[in-house]
Amino acid sequence: MPSSIITSNSLLAIDVGAANTRAVLFDVIEGEYRFIASGIAPSTAEAPIKDVAEGARNAVANLQKIVGKTLLDSSRGIITPTQANGSGVDVLVITLSAGPTVKTVVVGLLKDVSLDSARRLTETTYTRIMDSMSLSDQRKPDQQIDSLMRLRPELVVIAGGTDGGASRSIQKLLEPIGLASFLMPEEKRPTVLFAGNQKMEEEVKTLVGSLSTSLHFSPNIRPSLETEDIDPAERELARMIINIRKRQIKGVDLLDLWSGGHMLPTAYATRRMVRFLSKVYGSPKGILSVDMGASATVIAGGFKNKSTLKVLPQFSLGQNLVGLLNYTTLDNILEWSSLDISSGVLLDYLHQKSLYPATIAATQEDLAISQAIAREALYLAMQTAKKDFPQNIANIKPNLTPLFEPILAGGGVLSDASRPGQSLLLLLDGIQPVGITTIILDQNNLLPLLGVAASQNNILPVQVLESGAFLSVGTVVSPVVSARYGTSILKAKLSYENGAEANIDLKFGSIETLPLANGETGKLTIQVLRGADVGFGPGRGGTITVSGGALGVVFDGRGRPLDLPDDPVRRRELIKKWNWTLGGG
Amino acid sequence: MQAPVHHIIGLTSIVRERVLPISGNVTARIQQKVTPNDVVAETKWAREHVLLDVARLLNISPNAADRLIKCNVNDELKANAEIATGKGLFAKPVRAPRAGRVVAVGGGQVLMEAGETKIELRAGIPGTVIQILPNKGVVIQTAGGLIQGVWGNGRIDSGILANLTDAPDTVLTPNRLDVSLRGSVILAGLVKDADTLEAAAELPARGLIIASIYPSLLAKAREMRYPILVTDGFGSLSMNSAAYKLLSTNAKREVTVNAEFYDRYTGARPEVIIPLPTSSDPLSPKEVEEFAPGLQIRMRRPPFMGMIGSIVSIKPGLTTLPSGLRAQSAEIKLENGETVIVPLVNLEVVG
Repeated sequence: MPSSIITSNSLLAIDVGAANTRAVLFDVIEGEYRFIASGIAPSTAEAPIKDVAEGARNAVANLQKIVGKTLLDSSRGIITPTQANGSGVDVLVITLSAGPTVKTVVVGLLKDVSLDSARRLTETTYTRIMDSMSLSDQRKPDQQIDSLMRLRPELVVIAGGTDGGASRSIQKLLEPIGLASFLMPEEKRPTVLFAGNQKMEEEVKTLVGSLSTSLHFSPNIRPSLETEDIDPAERELARMIINIRKRQIKGVDLLDLWSGGHMLPTAYATRRMVRFLSKVYGSPKGILSVDMGASATVIAGGFKNKSTLKVLPQFSLGQNLVGLLNYTTLDNILEWSSLDISSGVLLDYLHQKSLYPATIAATQEDLAISQAIAREALYLAMQTAKKDFPQNIANIKPNLTPLFEPILAGGGVLSDASRPGQSLLLLLDGIQPVGITTIILDQNNLLPLLGVAASQNNILPVQVLESGAFLSVGTVVSPVVSARYGTSILKAKLSYENGAEANIDLKFGSIETLPLANGETGKLTIQVLRGADVGFGPGRGGTITVSGGALGVVFDGRGRPLDLPDDPVRRRELIKKWNWTLGGG
Repeated sequence: MQAPVHHIIGLTSIVRERVLPISGNVTARIQQKVTPNDVVAETKWAREHVLLDVARLLNISPNAADRLIKCNVNDELKANAEIATGKGLFAKPVRAPRAGRVVAVGGGQVLMEAGETKIELRAGIPGTVIQILPNKGVVIQTAGGLIQGVWGNGRIDSGILANLTDAPDTVLTPNRLDVSLRGSVILAGLVKDADTLEAAAELPARGLIIASIYPSLLAKAREMRYPILVTDGFGSLSMNSAAYKLLSTNAKREVTVNAEFYDRYTGARPEVIIPLPTSSDPLSPKEVEEFAPGLQIRMRRPPFMGMIGSIVSIKPGLTTLPSGLRAQSAEIKLENGETVIVPLVNLEVVG
């Protein structure tokens, strides 16, 4: 039973990641929810332990030491609810991203319509699309069966057919799936989600119902040719992924039990929070969340009436790292490096890091390589996610990143960066934001935990967000302009609350900062040159109130899209200079 | 903090599960002594399927077609065998386009398996079968030296270990591979070209154990039919001293190279097993350790990647590293006597 705000004071949230498991305690301090502390332990989904509950217990044990409160009983179970002696917690919520990517086959009637929707739905969670089938598939049914038998998918997502529309074509597509499932041993049969023509439920049950591990139905994600509605199916899919994990990884069922059946995939919980924030802020701009983890890079966008979620294991920084080369080249990665590193060294690094995803950079050179890889992965992830952002969202130029306010960033490579400037430059390079935006670092990776906590307690996320648990890096001004290096493109005056003023003359190709402490606000008057656009329109300036942060107000005068110099020596000098300007060393 | 463990042990009890990819027949018996090449289980696997839509071919309803279909599930059909014949004066038959086994009949259709191949599961290691996993495989126990690697090409074989190294980073070249090495498992430092891999195949070698390999050679290494096991990583890394010492001192012994793919979820890792006679069962290796002073460790990340050392102390709190990152760290004494600070996540316990 969900606990109400009145009875639920303390909330323990556990995030089971691919590399680390975090246990985070929230409690009421002076009448408001606060982030208290977090305990971290290595995740234990993998051998030799192969039981995620063990990593969760270790993380909670570490949290116990930090907060000086007993949370585990003598058999290492979580104590709920809070006991008279102060031990235990009232509510427990859990998110999960650990586990191998779920091998998935997507099926749709028309390639550019329902198949595309099925793909978009599938990419909202930790899957890898191994094959897709549609009416335009040139293969014979027996060849499709061979493919399914070879791939052994764990999940099949089927879409197609408008509600009440034709059903024969869908039947034809379902036949190979039913037959292949029949040929597989019972324990290897895939879980199936049917998110197509709602009138076909009985036929689908007949064709694949008895042959899949479990058959699920969700409302049609493509009820008409013009309409796509993924949300209800996404909710169903999120729950299906948890059930697949229960079969794959020991301990998931126990954790789900602990959470009262409220465990969510981490990415889905993040998206829930982004959607919530976009409603709370109600800004005409979108809200963006990026999370660079060991299992996937997750990009969630919240817009006025729609939110998008893209889970991209191919751009993760963990064991799939070598796979990044399927999408880019060594030279492209090295373009982001501040040091002169050979492509051979980078290639060795990618393979070596894939072996040990949890290891960290101990030397400057190692850090330069890891940051260059992260930049390229984030850039590629953003380019991929952008394709599925809604039409007609606020932007300066359609081919550039849309306007966002704020941008939230988390994940090991960002939250572990020694200096916020280093994280900021990574985000500026990878996301290439435009106009004026606030950048917030989720140093404790709280966002998904607040998303899952919202299902139990909808006041907690709001109060924790407002409590300063996130680190505001500052306000970033990124004019869209094309000019020669060194040309003035923007003049700005920052008026502080105490009446002081600071001015800046931003040159193309440079990054500048004006100090504005966390918690302070100032009036920023911008005058643009050379037709630059910061969101007020080309060549138009304006005055706005800006919030401070660790780096104050940052002006990124490098233009959009970012075009780094071809000369490697000059490029590396500039990257070092930009890093130095932002205090990233 | 819990530590990952990398096994490099002179004598230990080794228990390994060997299972078929799909269910089949287990041919080994409990307590049976097996050699690496003994078949312990077998099954059949059909890579291709043939779906015959009899109803459509005869232009009749599925129910009508079902009544005409002559074959049953599990029938072995020869190519061109008649599956159904239509009715009427000029009735046309539906024939099996190739030989195969019928796996499903219904809805006016016949589904056949074709191109069946036999899969044989070999013991992989010498030892005793201590458990039968019905329809899946066996559990085998042996005693001996164990050296885990970080990469394998998926092959498995056994042979006499021939040491071609002068040092842990000796580069193996084709001219070192002469006919006297035929049937041997070769111990080398580094391989830098495809010609060396080809030359070992031509001998043929029964296995190749190396410290590191260039990533550009991985595709070629996967093609080789003999097992290739990499002990330390990619590029030009020397073999770690613990593995080198154990392997080089066991030259001329029979070894098994199980270069299976590293699977972090099942725990499968490429490994070299050196079977040794023992009077009693030695202890099994620990799978989990806690970082503590005195433990032998191996570095998993620069600047000391691959080096062996021992933990002097665990530093309290977080330590700022030369990269600027902060992490829980340990003071490590390297084999050359130098003391360095290394984040715990960059270490693994050797034992």
